[in-house]
Amino acid sequence: MSKNPSDNDFTVKVANVNGTGSASANTLLMKAFFRMGIPVAGKNYFPSNIQGLPTWYEIRVSHDGYICRSGRVDVLVAMNAETYRKDLKDVAPGGYLIYDSTWPRSQQLHREDITVLGVPLARMCNERFTKTRERVLMKNIAYVGVLAALLEIDTGVVRQLLQDSFAGKPHLLDSNQAAFDLGFACAKEHFSCPLPFRARALDRTAGHVMIDGNTTAALGALFAGATVAAWYPITPSTSVMDAFKRFAERYRRDPETGRLNVAIIQAEDELAAIGMVLGAGWNGARSFTPTSGPGISLMNEFLGYGYFTEIPAVLIDVQRCGPSTGMPTRTQQADIMACAYASHGDTRHVLLFPANPEEAFYLSAAAFDLAERLQTPVIVLTDLDIGMNDWMCRDLKWDPAYQPDRGKVMPAEQLEKIEKFHRYLDADKDGIAWRTLPGVHPKGAYFTRGSGHNMYGAYTEDAKEYQAVVDRLRCKWDTAKELVPAPEVDYTDGCRTGIISVGSCDGAVREARDRLAGAGVRTNYLRVKAFPFGRQVQDFLDAHDRVYVVEQNRDAQLRGLLLLELNADPTKLIPVLHYDGLPITAADVIGKIDQGMARGEAA
Amino acid sequence: MSFIAKPKVSHPGLPRNALGLTLRDYEGGMSTLCAGCGHDSITAALVQAAFELSIPPHRMAKLSGIGCSSKTPAYFASASHGFNSVHGRMASVATGANAANGQLHYIGVSGDGDTLSIGLGQFCHAVRRNLNMLYVLENNGVYGLTKGQFSASADVGSKAKKGEVNQQPPIDPCQLALSIGCTFVARSFSGDKDQLVPLLKAGLSHRGFAMVDVISPCVTFNDHEGSTKSYDFTRKHFHAAIYADYVPPATEIRSRQAAGSVREVTMHDGSRLLLHKVGADYDPSDRVAAFEYLSRRQSEGQVVTGLLFIDEGKPDMHEVQNLATEPLNTMGYANLNPGQKALDAIQARFR
Ligand SMILES: Cc1ncc(C[n+]2csc(CCOP(=O)(O)OP(=O)(O)O)c2C)c(N)n1
Ligand code: SF4
Repeated sequence: MSKNPSDNDFTVKVANVNGTGSASANTLLMKAFFRMGIPVAGKNYFPSNIQGLPTWYEIRVSHDGYICRSGRVDVLVAMNAETYRKDLKDVAPGGYLIYDSTWPRSQQLHREDITVLGVPLARMCNERFTKTRERVLMKNIAYVGVLAALLEIDTGVVRQLLQDSFAGKPHLLDSNQAAFDLGFACAKEHFSCPLPFRARALDRTAGHVMIDGNTTAALGALFAGATVAAWYPITPSTSVMDAFKRFAERYRRDPETGRLNVAIIQAEDELAAIGMVLGAGWNGARSFTPTSGPGISLMNEFLGYGYFTEIPAVLIDVQRCGPSTGMPTRTQQADIMACAYASHGDTRHVLLFPANPEEAFYLSAAAFDLAERLQTPVIVLTDLDIGMNDWMCRDLKWDPAYQPDRGKVMPAEQLEKIEKFHRYLDADKDGIAWRTLPGVHPKGAYFTRGSGHNMYGAYTEDAKEYQAVVDRLRCKWDTAKELVPAPEVDYTDGCRTGIISVGSCDGAVREARDRLAGAGVRTNYLRVKAFPFGRQVQDFLDAHDRVYVVEQNRDAQLRGLLLLELNADPTKLIPVLHYDGLPITAADVIGKIDQGMARGEAA
Repeated sequence: MSFIAKPKVSHPGLPRNALGLTLRDYEGGMSTLCAGCGHDSITAALVQAAFELSIPPHRMAKLSGIGCSSKTPAYFASASHGFNSVHGRMASVATGANAANGQLHYIGVSGDGDTLSIGLGQFCHAVRRNLNMLYVLENNGVYGLTKGQFSASADVGSKAKKGEVNQQPPIDPCQLALSIGCTFVARSFSGDKDQLVPLLKAGLSHRGFAMVDVISPCVTFNDHEGSTKSYDFTRKHFHAAIYADYVPPATEIRSRQAAGSVREVTMHDGSRLLLHKVGADYDPSDRVAAFEYLSRRQSEGQVVTGLLFIDEGKPDMHEVQNLATEPLNTMGYANLNPGQKALDAIQARFR
């Protein structure tokens, strides 16, 4: 079967009103493509309020498996009269706009270069359904029916999806199926189906799930064996704890006693959340807190405390748009600096950067091992795009042989044998001292203090003693370089142009590189997965004449961190920045690299 | 915190507790607080209480915030883990630690600045959660460590060392604790060890949040005329509502005077509190009456002391959350790992 240029390569966007129940319709639509075996990605643009404001859902169908935002719209379903003008503008030439023609708007919705299709969605549903709520909700399912006819979506797949969703609720199943059929029949009758954009069954989604990164981060914490979780609600990290709670109820409750083996504490604020996490970490429990930028700001003093007193803790920072309250429901990667050096004094923190939900699972789990191994707070930096959008990713696997790395915790038997325990002695010369847990053995007692302490753990204001401790922390930082995950590198010798990116930029960079390569421009690629940066990042910088640093913030924070931590000529690191709150596209990357090249920045 | 190691010479004749330990085994480093600071008397009372209760020192966890008062954990029980957290946020650390292992004795020591200003929120929420801990508030009406500013417990009209007069109404930690559901509220005076020790013992044995507000004069910044937290003032206006005796679980009940002025409260661990009523009609099981009594006496310039309120019937944080009885920090991974099958089942919903 030869590939028609528009088969399985288009973007559908639905404009709606927040609170009208379009989420399940959009999921239904996206999952239909997914179950047809076609790579697909969904992005939700929603306002920071509960009801009434405009919301958009964008589904990219990509034969080639590109999952970043496409940056174009081929088919737009305009369900929100307030945004008609904008929605009309967004459609790419040659595209389609579908609107609810119950209220005729053909004059208003006119453009020479696109096709406007009116479907009387409200009228059809008002005639078919009696309950007011149902009439509103079913309009959404009806447009899925319209799209199914126009895009040749497999109706059997949709029927099965509806059955899976409403198993045990026959009444809902019936009305959903009826609404779908209404839309489908109407489109078949009035339009010439299919459009030039079509879905064609493929086999590229087997072994994959459609999942969001907050769910997978929660799974990472669950599988790593976290037993204390404390948080204060904040968008976009709230659903990490929602998911964790759900899983804990199912998998952490003793069926006989009904007791939970995880403490989930809704703290009074982030100051308390991080305090609880540190208290639990100090006491030997694996503990974590999900949060976002404003929460990180509040946690600063305790983060410095955790660093200096060397207490394991895991934070999952789902970054949103800053500064300040910023745009809570928009995405950014602008907490990099704030997290790397959070708190006053010479403080630095281990950061992990997942690129997608799959990595959010593995890196969140790995964070617990690293935190205990290194005895320090570890911050997993995801973002709203990863955390709240549905991504297609490979099935998650859990190594059956996994055992938590609890790091250097001295057990009672060992304490029994030694003469005296000293908390901050660098016995193994890797910068990591042994610790003990309260209550284990009389010889294990020590004092945890954020004030100056010496290598024995005693209070000190002695210049040399204090300095010995902070120098050891520096040595521990070097050890961390060996322990954190290595960057992902795609490197061919001889190519002198490099791209470095981080986290959710990955999809856009991959697509951009393919397209650049198609135009004869070769690039090498390195994606950092952790801070501190190891040798490989330095080598990559050294090996290139020009390195484009792609990230989603205004101030080139990753680039700044590279310059602060590694040796590089600043003129050779060219920032590629995207920071409007929407996820970055390949076009954003290419556009800026093209500009750079035009200025002769690339070798 | 700063301390000087104390020489450990144990006199063979020292009395021993049920564990065979002496008072010295419950001591800590030498205090570096000002000579005569009320906080040091409280330290001595804590040492006495833990010794008399025969708590294994390493099974205690001592936590504090920042302030002179918060240095206290360094001065008792050197064989137990200590935690000086950041200013005002010991309560959250204690909450997390307690969640990780509910089987230790948690002793928090804080100041009025630490608790009632920067830490007010955390204090209230630890009370709300009925966290199982003893929370000692060393209350001197000033910021000692930052040299004498008024704290939120300073009374209106009380004078600072340099003569400044406080204009803001105080927050009374006992009234506050009562109003937000605290299950054990007591007040004492650092200069009255006879009253303080049984209260600390009862607080340590109480399952739930036991707050003991101890008026503890700061001899350097708040022990002058015009201060309502000075030794002199407190001695003069001290009004005991109830005296409490503490009877450990193993002790036989010897013949006791029948009712009348004595009331008995049985604690969760089987220990008993004998309450000798001093205030005319004081009932420490009636939250509303206790609140009213405190307010009335306070408006008359009296500092009411003793066990002000106790409720042994409320579940603590662990019970409310239905947490495993086994400590979470030692739970084997086999119990925590849902396994690949579960992961597959979860993922099936995402296809
Ligand atoms: C975040 C922060 N702000 C301010 C301080 C300075 N500080 C240290 S102790 C203290 C007040 C202590 O008062 P209190 O708790 O009443 O204890 P006292 O010294 O009187 O016993 C303050 C404000 C600090 N350590 N941390
Ligand atoms: S300044 Fe006051 S509170 Fe601090 S140690 Fe001296 S007497 Fe005690």
